[in-house]
Amino acid sequence: MRDHGPQHTSGAAPGVGRRAAGALESEVLGILRGARGPLSPGQVRQRLADGQQGELSYSTVVTIVSRLHAKGLLTRQRVGRGFTYTPVDDVSLAASRMSHALGSGTDRGAVLSRFVSGLSGRDARLLRRLLAGDQEPADDDPGRDEERG
Amino acid sequence: MWLLYLPLIIPALAGAAARPLAARLEPRQATWLLTSAAVALAACSTAALALLAAYAAARAPVLAAVGDYSQSVMRRADPISAVAGAVAALALAGAAVAVAVMFRSRARALAESYRRAAGLQAEDGIVVVPGPAIEAYALPGWPGRIVVSGQLLDSLDTRRRAALIAHEQAHLAGRHHLFAAVAKLAAAANPLLLPVARSVEYTVERWADERAAAVTGDRRLVAETIGQVALLAAPRRRRTSGITLGIIGLRTRVSVAWAGPVPRRVAALLTAPPRRRTVLLAASAAIVLLAGMAFLEAASDLHALVELAQAAR
Repeated sequence: MRDHGPQHTSGAAPGVGRRAAGALESEVLGILRGARGPLSPGQVRQRLADGQQGELSYSTVVTIVSRLHAKGLLTRQRVGRGFTYTPVDDVSLAASRMSHALGSGTDRGAVLSRFVSGLSGRDARLLRRLLAGDQEPADDDPGRDEERG
Repeated sequence: MWLLYLPLIIPALAGAAARPLAARLEPRQATWLLTSAAVALAACSTAALALLAAYAAARAPVLAAVGDYSQSVMRRADPISAVAGAVAALALAGAAVAVAVMFRSRARALAESYRRAAGLQAEDGIVVVPGPAIEAYALPGWPGRIVVSGQLLDSLDTRRRAALIAHEQAHLAGRHHLFAAVAKLAAAANPLLLPVARSVEYTVERWADERAAAVTGDRRLVAETIGQVALLAAPRRRRTSGITLGIIGLRTRVSVAWAGPVPRRVAALLTAPPRRRTVLLAASAAIVLLAGMAFLEAASDLHALVELAQAAR
């Protein structure tokens, strides 16, 4: 899966070092979108190397796919000791982008009805006590366990 | 002329009464009452400001000439000082600007929401977003969408998922965002009404909670779902001393009167369902009506005064 070419321990290889991180991300995303199935970082690196002159280190590719995963653009599945990555489909992607866009707006609260608002530390403690049955709930069902999630 | 100040004082009363009312009334009733009271009181207080400014302006020679009334009669009656009139005029201008700004931004946000909701392909109106966020919200639109993060869905069992979705569906079906927006507009016109607008935000959540409880048939399930999601979404905090908490916590009754909205919602669901309270509702409506009548009385006084001054001409 991994080839044994010259390994660079950090950053990008010479020749690609000055490329913007955004450009690398979109290239990686393009490769994953073009693939038929999930790809491991090693496979992504191989395909990057096939398509262009410069080569990236394995750790750089891992960094890029992790970043894309954190942004919600990729989903990952555990395979053995590592992960393989799949691009998120366009519908979910649109939803995710919208979520980010609306998240920054000040009018979010006025338009979106969020399920829960923020909790202060005091609220969180109060909540735990309420759910632990510290208050006398009028319609308590004693047979039911507290934590099913 | 003290009547003219009544519509300006009653909003302060409403601001103080909003939270206790929101806690006691049935949520749907509370939402309607608080929203309509906010609108009515904002209208009355704005009209009262306009009337105060008009009284003061009526003494100006230019207006006397245009309106063809006796300036001296107007001055002799002198119901409102020039200072009060000027202050009222300034407050009126401020209110107009605040309402315009608020209206523009809310209308934009709503239009944006509709546009985005229309662009989302959703199964049964539910869109699952990828990524590590813990969030769920209703996106108003035609039709509206429920947006839930995959991470959140994964951490809930089927029954709690159903409770969450029922809550968000209630928001969309009841057009709850409109109540919140209208109350906010009223509060822009009169900042004394801000607590009323905040209470409307709370009562629509309670309204959706009660709907979810009715749909799932289990109040405790909804309470537990809210609690679980809120604790999942809360940023991790340092642990407070468990020993101290244990000592205070074990025997006292939990009081949520001054807590944030989430514990209050949970506590409300853990007690008996709210009853309709007609007397409380009627009393609140009567006070709003009083503000309206005080304004009308003051307005007819001014009208009478102008007619008197015109006759003296």
